[in-house]
Amino acid sequence: MATIKIERDKCKGCVLCVDVCPYGLICQEKAINDQGYQYVVLEDPDGRCTGCTLCAVVCPDICIEVFK
Amino acid sequence: MKPVFSKPKALNDAVMHYCPGCGHGVVHRLVGEALDHFDILDRTVGVAPVGCAVLMYDYFNCDIIEAPHGRPPAVATGMKRSRPDLIIFAYQGDGDLASIGLAEIVHAANRGENVTVIFVNNTVYGMTGGQMAPTTLLGQQTTTSPYGRNLNTDGYPIRMAEMLATLEGTSYVARHAIDTPANILRARKSIFRAFEMQVKDMGFSFVELLTTCPTNWGMSSRESIRRIKEELIPYFPLGVFKEKEVADYI
Repeated sequence: MATIKIERDKCKGCVLCVDVCPYGLICQEKAINDQGYQYVVLEDPDGRCTGCTLCAVVCPDICIEVFK
Repeated sequence: MKPVFSKPKALNDAVMHYCPGCGHGVVHRLVGEALDHFDILDRTVGVAPVGCAVLMYDYFNCDIIEAPHGRPPAVATGMKRSRPDLIIFAYQGDGDLASIGLAEIVHAANRGENVTVIFVNNTVYGMTGGQMAPTTLLGQQTTTSPYGRNLNTDGYPIRMAEMLATLEGTSYVARHAIDTPANILRARKSIFRAFEMQVKDMGFSFVELLTTCPTNWGMSSRESIRRIKEELIPYFPLGVFKEKEVADYI
């Protein structure tokens, strides 16, 4: 069981993490955060996240933390 | 659950001012991880350039000194010679290093100063508004080359890593790309090696990183990541160009 924590107000919605997630678990929200960007969230109801850290590796704003 | 990936201690919690998709944040993280790994944060001084990374003192938990445009290698030389116990790294962009500060970087490399230079190459002047840099690719449109870089009037893009690898003074010269996770992990390894060189007094280490500038390229972050693979890497080949096994001075 692994998961990620995305700091909502640091995200700038560049969606690079969306492209690298092998299971496509990260999606961009329509709502905006404090900075005015459409942030991304983890949508993982079935617990498929493996904690591979690829999203955190490409995140330019270092707002993803991975737990395993 | 235990955290398996979190922000390095060398960086603070400030929100970075970089544009969405900019590679600077990743490079900051990699440098921060290197400072954490070698446990040198309390004796490290960074030299900030004039460019987008000019505000990096807001993000690093170590001391940062601001150098005039293009002169971080000269400032780093002075600091390293007066305080050899400190770890000094210069962080520069391509307008800063390859254009205005070309003399400083070449001579610092040729003297073999025991400093680390991180060179962020996004083929454009970022902060000043997307002007043509020496590394701008042929045909690339910028605000000062609206019809694309022209070979006859502007010459060829300059390959800094290859150029510095020919100098006897350099100890470690590499180029990596900040696009795919695999390339980012290779870049991480190279930056670690560059700092290791300095910790072991091996001499001048230089890591060039190809990064994106979605704003000045006029692309989305996805398209600019694709451009690194399709246009930048064919002209700026990746790899380690030079790696000395033993120091040749002291």
